[in-house]
Formats: sequence, C-alpha cells, structure tokens
Amino acid sequence: MATTAVSTRRQAAQHDLAARKQRSLWRDAVWRLFRNRAAIAGLAVIVFAAFVAIFAPIIAPYSPIQQNTPKQLMEPIWTRWFGSQFTDSGYLLGSDELGRDILTRLMYGTRVSLIVGFVPVAVIFVVGASIGMVSGYVGGWVDNLLMRFTDIIYAFPDLLFVIIIVATLRGTELGTAMDGLLLIFVALAIVNWVGLARLIRGQVLSLKHREFIEAARAIGATPVRIMIRHLFPNVLAPVIVSLAFAIPGAMLTEATLSFLGIGVRPPTPTWGAMINEGFIVFQATPWPVLLPAFCISIILLAFTFVGDGLRDALDPRMKI
Amino acid sequence: MWKYVLRRLLYAIPTLLGISIIVFLVTRLAPGDPVRLYTFGALNVTEEDIQGLRAYYGLDQPLWIQYVSWITKVVRGDFGMSLQYHQPALGLLFERMGATLQLAFTALFLQLAIGIPLGVMAALRRGSWVDNVIRVFGVIGHAIPQFWLGLMAIILVSVTLRLLPSQGVLTVGKDIWDVPDRIRHIIMPSFVLALAGIANYSRYLRTETLDVISQDYVRTAHAKGLGERTVVYVHALRNALIPMVTALGGILAVLVSGALVVEQVFTWPGVGQFTYAAARSRDYPVIMAGVMVASTLLVLSYLIRDVAYAIVDPRIKVK
Repeated sequence: MATTAVSTRRQAAQHDLAARKQRSLWRDAVWRLFRNRAAIAGLAVIVFAAFVAIFAPIIAPYSPIQQNTPKQLMEPIWTRWFGSQFTDSGYLLGSDELGRDILTRLMYGTRVSLIVGFVPVAVIFVVGASIGMVSGYVGGWVDNLLMRFTDIIYAFPDLLFVIIIVATLRGTELGTAMDGLLLIFVALAIVNWVGLARLIRGQVLSLKHREFIEAARAIGATPVRIMIRHLFPNVLAPVIVSLAFAIPGAMLTEATLSFLGIGVRPPTPTWGAMINEGFIVFQATPWPVLLPAFCISIILLAFTFVGDGLRDALDPRMKI
Repeated sequence: MWKYVLRRLLYAIPTLLGISIIVFLVTRLAPGDPVRLYTFGALNVTEEDIQGLRAYYGLDQPLWIQYVSWITKVVRGDFGMSLQYHQPALGLLFERMGATLQLAFTALFLQLAIGIPLGVMAALRRGSWVDNVIRVFGVIGHAIPQFWLGLMAIILVSVTLRLLPSQGVLTVGKDIWDVPDRIRHIIMPSFVLALAGIANYSRYLRTETLDVISQDYVRTAHAKGLGERTVVYVHALRNALIPMVTALGGILAVLVSGALVVEQVFTWPGVGQFTYAAARSRDYPVIMAGVMVASTLLVLSYLIRDVAYAIVDPRIKVK
C-alpha cells in the first residue's frame, strides 16, 4: 500500500517534470509576452491595422482619390455637437481640401505605412543575417572584407543617406516603380542592414568556440548547416528585438520623406503626405493634420510596446 | 592608446573613400544633367554653350576620370565650385556649419539636462506616479514625428500665441550679437530636435540607475550610514552614467544629420537643409562636400566615444 502511494507520487512528480521540460525558451517567451499588457495592446493595434490595410478596398466608403470639391474641408462628425457647421454624415472623419474622404485615405494610408514597415525590414533581416553570420563564422579575410564594407555604411549618417538616395534617384525607373515605394524600400534596406549584421557577427563570434558548435563540427556538419541549424537559433532573440524596433523606424522615415515631398507619389495616400497637405489648410480646419498624425503616433507606439515586450520576454537582462 | 587612435584614423581613410565612391555613383547614376537643369528656360543658350559648360565642369568625361579628378582635388582641400552659387562648395557649407552646431549643441544640452534628471527621478521613485508619468513620456516622445511636432509648435506658439519667431536664427536687421533675439529663435527648433533624445535618455538612465542601485557597493554605502543624496549622486550616478558615454558618441553626428528635418521646418540656415537642397537641385560638388563633412564628423565621434569610454571606465581596454 505504502509503496504504491510513494510510487504514484513519484510517477506524478516525474510526469510533472516531463511536463515542465516541454516548455521551451520560446514558449516561455510567448507566455511572458502575453502577460505584458502594453505589448498585447500594441499587438492588437497592429492586427487591427493589418486588417484595415488588407480590406481597405472593401471597408472604405469611397475611393481614396475621388474628389468632391463641393464637400471640401468637412470636419469630423463629432464636431457637430461642438457647434461646427461643416459636417456631413457621409464623411465620418471629414474631408480634405479636395473633398476626398479622410477616413478612406487613412485606411489606404495604413497600407503604405505597414508595407514600408515590413518589407524593408524583411530585406534587412535576410541581408544582415547572412552577412553577419558568414562574417562572424568564416572569419579571416572574408570577415575583414565584409566588415570594412559594413564600416562604410555605418559611417553614413542614416537619414542623410536615405534622403540623398531618394532625392537623386527619384527620376529613374527605380524611383517611379510602385509610385516610388520601391526606391524607399531599397534606400531603407541599404542603410539599415548594417546594424543587424554587426549585432549578429558579435553574437556569432562569442558562440562559435562553444562546445555545442565544436560538437556539431566534430560529427561532420557542414558550415552552412552549422550556421543555419546551430548558430542561427541561438542568435535569434536579439535579432527579433532589433527588427521589432526597426519597423517603427522605417515607418517614421517614410513619413518624413513624404513630408519633405520626396516620398510616395501623390495621389497615393500616405499619412505623412496627408499631414503635409493638411498644413496648407490648417487655419481653416486642423483635422486633416491631426487625424493622420494621431494614426502615425498610435502605430509607432504600438510597435514600440511590442518591441519592449519582446525584449523583456526574450531576455530581461538585454539592453538595446 | 595613441597607437589605437592612430590606427582608427588610418582605418577611417578607406571608409571615407568608400562613402565618397558610393555617393558619387548614386548622384551620377541619376538621369538628367545639372547643366541642362540650370540653363532650362534660359534664352539664347545654344547646344554649343551647353556642351561648353559640360566640358568646363568636366561632366563630359567618363565617370572614373571625373571621380579621380574630384578626389585629387579633395586631397588638397578643394571640393570644387557649387554649380548653383559659383562659390567653393566647402566654404558654403562652413558658413552654415555654425547654425547647425548651435542647434545641435543646444539640443544635446537639453537632452542631457532634462533626460538624465528625469531618468534618475523615475528610478528613485520606482512605481510611483512620477515614475509612470516619466515612463509614458519616454515612450510617447519617440512616437511623435519631428516634422509634425515642429509644424504644430509653429502654429501654436508663433502663429496663434505670437510668442516666438518661427524661422531663421535672427530677426532680419538685428545685430548678429543680439543674444536674446538668438535665444528666442533657437528655443523651438532645439526643443523639437531634442525631444526624442530626452525620451531616450530618461528611459536609458532609468534602467541603468535601477541596475546600479541594486548592487552591493551601493548597499555598503547605505550601510555605512551615508545620506541618500550622497549615495545616489556620488556613488550610484557615476556608474549609471558610464554607458551614457556610448550613447553620446554617435549623438553629435546624428543630431547634425537629424537636424535636416528640423532645419527644413524652421527654415534654419544649416548644413542639413543646404545639403538636402543641393541633392534636389543636383549641385554635385555641394552634395559630395556635405556628405563628406557629415561622415567625417560621424567617424570622429565614434572614435571619441570609444576613447572616452576607455577613459571613463578603466575596466575597458582598447586594443
């Protein structure tokens, strides 16, 4: 009797241990991320924005470039209760100086912002990760060559470089493709892969003489396999965090380019361009400026919260 | 140490050369010809004149010859004449350097003078409403686009309240040494430029301070009966500030290039705005000079950062 009680308890304990063992680093991280209320709020905002961006043509009440000058500069519907006489129930958030629906343009603007956030960062990830990994693992003259090249881009003041690339190449075929979006992708990617490459190289340098890598080499794993299967998963945590912070950075740069008048070509709606155009009529009504500015700030905040949450979840001691 | 500095300076040479080649190619690859751009619409300009001007500026040569002749002149300190202003490009930039540095240093001062106390305050009152307010500010300060903040400041402070001037470094016609007038002009642009940094530093210093005050030597300081102020300002803060040196290094050049947007908004006659205008009007010599000046500043500030880091923290060895 007594022995069975002990053995069941032991079994239960073993079962417990097995259950606990299954929780990997990543599951722990996800769990920690989901307990972070700010990160969840940020994630919710991003999911909502992605939804709006994808279904913009279906849910938007108008076309983003449809002009209706008799209904220009309508104010948002809620200003009616504060005495505004220029509201129209057809334009929930009002209209701009050409009578285009602001709500519709904000929805389409979400597309540009999210695309500019994600596409260049994906390129940065592929380029930066490959170069950093090869440079760190192979070492020798390859490392030297790649790092000298990295130094060149690193010594470039970021924003100035992006602006010069975009301002001078706007007239080329590259600059006109996809309403100018492609050039912005290229410029952002060229400038920003360096930080990631340096980060990964540093990590790889500190890992490559550890036992598990030597063990992999001893059983005959090829360098490519070691890099992808053994090194990469171990450097992933800081990479994810740095990419999460690169996204809002790219969005902010796009908005700044639009403000300078060298962003995505009009009439494609982007939040930065809407702010820029809105200032012309600011004396008449502030809403064409305030609403897109609000959107930019909210999406930047959302990504910052998620980035903070990821950093805390993946490695509480990491500082970026 | 000196050997280290010398080697870093030597390394900087190929880096700067690389930058110059990239920018040279990027600007030249674009279609369109500055001579045609500048003579556009001018009467009595024949095709021959255009070809003559192209030859005069060396624009008819193959690219690599143009580059070699550019770099041989640069080594002697000659960045060529601005196509638009017909004055030496470097001189034009240096005339505007003062305005940019004024703005950058004022912003840097604001960042440190406001960001550090905020961070320490937040850390010392962890969990209180003060901490929460500072943390919220630390996050929001990042999420506001500079250009938007600048334009809003102009509309609110200059247009509506008529408190501060909205553009330039000085009221036209005033004496250049009119300091109060200069201060009135610099307040808004420097605050707008500083905001993101203030937010950044307050966040950064909060984590650092929290880190440091939980260390043993700080407990020892408390235990031997030192006052709270002495412990925080003499013992803890000194170590919390060390990593700030790293942050400081890149900051000057970042401010110089980041000032571009603020300069544009406040019509501040600085280097960034000037280089941007040159990029839009294909003034090759000015673009090249602007980029080289900014990159040199950046390389130097990285070097200063690394040396300063080694001086401040003897645990770090440079090699």
